[in-house]
Amino acid sequence: MSSELHTDIAIIGAGPAGIAAAIAACAQGAHVTLVDDNPRPGGQIWRGGPSQAPASASSTFRQLADSQARLLSGFRVAAIPAPGQLLLEDPHRAQVLRYGKLIIASGARERLLPFPGWTLPGVTGAGGLQALVKGGLDVRDQHIVLAGTGPLLLASAATLRAAGAQVLLIAEQAPWSQLARFGWALKAYPAKLAQAASLAWQLGGVPYHHASHVLAALGQTRLEGVQLQLGARTLTLPCDWLGVGYGLLPNTELLRALHCQISQGAAEVDALMQTSQAGIYAVGEATGIGGVDKALLEGRIAGLAATGAAAAAQALAPKRKRQLAFAALLDKHFALQPAITQLAQPDTLVCRCEDVSHASLQLFDSWREAKLQTRCGMGACQGRICGAACESLYGWQGSGDRPPLLPTRLGSLLEPTLAKANPT
Amino acid sequence: MKVQLFIDGQAHLATLGSNLAAALAGLPGRCSVSGQPRAALCGMGVCFECRVTIDGQPHQRACQRVVYEGMEVAREL
Ligand SMILES: Cc1cc2nc3c(=O)[nH]c(=O)nc-3n(C[C@H](O)[C@H](O)[C@H](O)COP(=O)(O)OP(=O)(O)OC[C@H]3O[C@@H](n4cnc5c(N)ncnc54)[C@H](O)[C@@H]3O)c2cc1C
Ligand code: FES
Repeated sequence: MSSELHTDIAIIGAGPAGIAAAIAACAQGAHVTLVDDNPRPGGQIWRGGPSQAPASASSTFRQLADSQARLLSGFRVAAIPAPGQLLLEDPHRAQVLRYGKLIIASGARERLLPFPGWTLPGVTGAGGLQALVKGGLDVRDQHIVLAGTGPLLLASAATLRAAGAQVLLIAEQAPWSQLARFGWALKAYPAKLAQAASLAWQLGGVPYHHASHVLAALGQTRLEGVQLQLGARTLTLPCDWLGVGYGLLPNTELLRALHCQISQGAAEVDALMQTSQAGIYAVGEATGIGGVDKALLEGRIAGLAATGAAAAAQALAPKRKRQLAFAALLDKHFALQPAITQLAQPDTLVCRCEDVSHASLQLFDSWREAKLQTRCGMGACQGRICGAACESLYGWQGSGDRPPLLPTRLGSLLEPTLAKANPT
Repeated sequence: MKVQLFIDGQAHLATLGSNLAAALAGLPGRCSVSGQPRAALCGMGVCFECRVTIDGQPHQRACQRVVYEGMEVAREL
């Protein structure tokens, strides 16, 4: 069975940015198709969909439901068969989507860096663990340690605690001086400050250690404990789950595959959110990590701009300056300390798909060489995890994304040919 | 509400609407190329560590799938 869908505006990613873009574009009378890999819309922050979203999100979800946008949940973009077309795939089918304009709201993933024991079941990302709990993981009375860097550690801890977990401690790698400067700068952002204060209140009693990090996850076939560096001392603690995440990285695979200009790991856009490719827009975390307010605003701007409402889009552009300034603060104050990139031991696996060790990768100077000799980055995740690790550890840039974007079924790749042969 | 799913033929109860990686609760779903047990890492569809066979379809990301009544999960160990 093959079929083709048509739409004026295709939006990839149904997080806050994609949803805001869909609402704005629909209000202009465009036909909009919103595609997301997840079973429900909402992206990372509103992962559980409308039924579990906080009150602040409910009006956004209501506007989406009231709009005429076609929502394709559980579909991912698998390949780009031709300009103006995307090949979408779900576990059962593949479909070609033809579009007039494209808005990429692909969000961010966590930066996950290798340390001894990080491959043990029970070790997850910090936001990853939060995502699993939002997805129904039962953590009641489980002992959990969170580590890494950035505000996501606090948001994750609050979710885990509300779900009944015992968060033993949070290890933040940034030194106190950086955190204090960040806290001071937050004064210019009352909404963010209020959010931080509310998190701090919810986390009352959970020790928050600065200049601290995980040294190793301990256990044979499953996580049993963790060894931590807390300031100048080390501590070993038994625990059931360990969530470690070193900040967020924009998802740029689709943008790169479409030859959109990327700089410093994020999509380059103009004031109306257009990328270097005409008719292709990028919004939200994909243009730089700045959180939900930036995502919502950029989505609106692109939704308007892509449907010809340039003046209305332009009018919102000044508000974006403030969001970008906040993004710059995050970047500066939670920059990685050198110790974090030196945790891997010679036998620590850096590429988890192909089981390639730190010792074997240290022999190479570039991705290309390492790939050819070790298959690093050539497994199922296609460098999405080890790419960031190799960049942080060895300074190698870009793992070289080539279509297909994700491991795909052969039948799906034949879909455009079949669609042409049997027009519906 | 609970649904019944089967993991390697054994019946398990999971909350309706939860995702399969959450229902597996850290139980390894696959073995790495050198034989290590692996379970969900990123929780968001990126790392492919949570792969299992679902209703006969191999290499499905458990974290991107919602559980349903009668779902048959085979671990790839
Ligand atoms: C694990 C995690 C947890 C987070 N938790 C919080 C939190 O609790 N509070 C908070 O304020 N912020 C949180 N954040 C930060 C979050 O990035 C922003 O708050 C906000 O969700 C960004 O919105 P967005 O629309 O730009 O991206 P996202 O919300 O990330 O949405 C992007 C969507 O695009 C989809 N997608 C990407 N590529 C494709 C493709 N090729 N095909 C189909 N679909 C695709 C993704 O599956 C995702 O649903 C979290 C981030 C992460 C990574
Ligand atoms: S846990 Fe990473 S893809 Fe499922």
